[in-house]
Amino acid sequence: MEATIANLVEVTRYLPMLLRASWINIQLLLALLVVGFIVGTAVALLQVYGGRFVGIVAFVYEWVFRSIPALVLLFLFYYGPAQFGLYISSFLAATLALGFRSSAYQSQVFRGAIQSVSPGQMLAARSLGMGRARAVISIVLPQAFRLSIPGWSNEFASVVKDTTLAYAVGLNEIMRSARIIVDRRYDLAMLALLVVALIFLVFTYAGNGLLGVVERRVRIPGLMAAEPGGTRREHG
Amino acid sequence: MGRAMDPLLRVEDIHKRYGTEEVLRGVSFHLDRGQTKVVIGPSGTGKSTLLRCINRLTEPDRGQVWLEDVEVTAPRVKINEIRSQIGFVFQDFNLFTHLTALDNVRLGLVKVKRLGKKEATARAMEELTRVGLKDKANAYPAHLSGGQQQRVSIARALAMDPKLILFDEPTSALDPELIGEVLNVMAQLAEEGMTMIVVTHEMGFARSVADEIVFMEHGVIVEQGPPEKLFRSPEVARTGEFLRKISELYGAEG
Repeated sequence: MEATIANLVEVTRYLPMLLRASWINIQLLLALLVVGFIVGTAVALLQVYGGRFVGIVAFVYEWVFRSIPALVLLFLFYYGPAQFGLYISSFLAATLALGFRSSAYQSQVFRGAIQSVSPGQMLAARSLGMGRARAVISIVLPQAFRLSIPGWSNEFASVVKDTTLAYAVGLNEIMRSARIIVDRRYDLAMLALLVVALIFLVFTYAGNGLLGVVERRVRIPGLMAAEPGGTRREHG
Repeated sequence: MGRAMDPLLRVEDIHKRYGTEEVLRGVSFHLDRGQTKVVIGPSGTGKSTLLRCINRLTEPDRGQVWLEDVEVTAPRVKINEIRSQIGFVFQDFNLFTHLTALDNVRLGLVKVKRLGKKEATARAMEELTRVGLKDKANAYPAHLSGGQQQRVSIARALAMDPKLILFDEPTSALDPELIGEVLNVMAQLAEEGMTMIVVTHEMGFARSVADEIVFMEHGVIVEQGPPEKLFRSPEVARTGEFLRKISELYGAEG
């Protein structure tokens, strides 16, 4: 059993290094979420409002990025551009690979939310003289994003963990630091990995807590779950 | 002087087909300024489709719509500008769920008419007051009754200063005890000289408020004329039959 008091003290010496590395994970997380959010929103909008052709392209995009394993994507984005003489940093490669992958999942969350905004509101906006883009921005998206928060929280919890995969392309993130410790002090392996696990427990807890706060702050009566007052009847 | 005598709205020979079903088969009528026309008829005879063809929420297959001297159905017309001049009140209210009553009324003023926030707020409050909902300005739709929601949607239409308002079965989704408050607002508008087309089954309203009743069936206008004429001595037997039946169901007192 390596978890002696002496080892506990030993591993705390590595704590600053692990925490510094975890800051890279946080940066990667934020960057990939931004990419995923922007691309995911665009893909969802194209699927709902684009024509059939655009819809098919968006569908293929989702299918591709949801099917390929994250690790394979990481390698493709890191080594792929190098084949054409384009060398990109491991951070950028990881941001793009994991960001596009996340966008495929986020777009599904957003699409469902967009479709759950009653079409009558779009009609009402158009009847006031708003163009379609204006109506989407002013009416549909503010509601869809609110409705997306629960589904988006799941995606968040999943990509937080995915950031550790970036160690495979040499990013100095937390998992790589843990490997370095293990290589140096095999007797500390268990403890070091437990510390990593603990850090992720904290990340997930804090992230979900933050999203919970956001959800409560932007909550609007009647906007969660089923639509109120939506009694649909036959039009004469 | 001549222009004031022209009808505000002219609908000429509108046709609309959904698949094999011909919903509108050549509908024409004129509407003068300040006039209230009530469109009645059995379900599925194209009344709602007709209203939507007027501001092209639904594209007519054939026929023309003129708002004053502008052809609404012309291919390159600025349709958003025209829609902003035609109010539309929906059966299901269609209020914007994420906005308060005030913001529902204010949105078109800010985003379409480009009014400043202060001016838009004043204008929106004016219209909310007009429909009796000044004290509900900060309530979200979910906290309003159906009748209140529909009155907000009327205020939303009014705020745009429309040349006419189209009402598509505005009370059909309401509990019976909430219908009156909406009809009262509409009657008041008619009295103040608003130009309106109202699709409704409320015969009491039709009889007391309409300048003219249009009876539609199977995609065509069967008969149109002043309420008293249609109720007392319709020219087509079917008109009388429908009016008797619907009055029994909904009541024609008032």
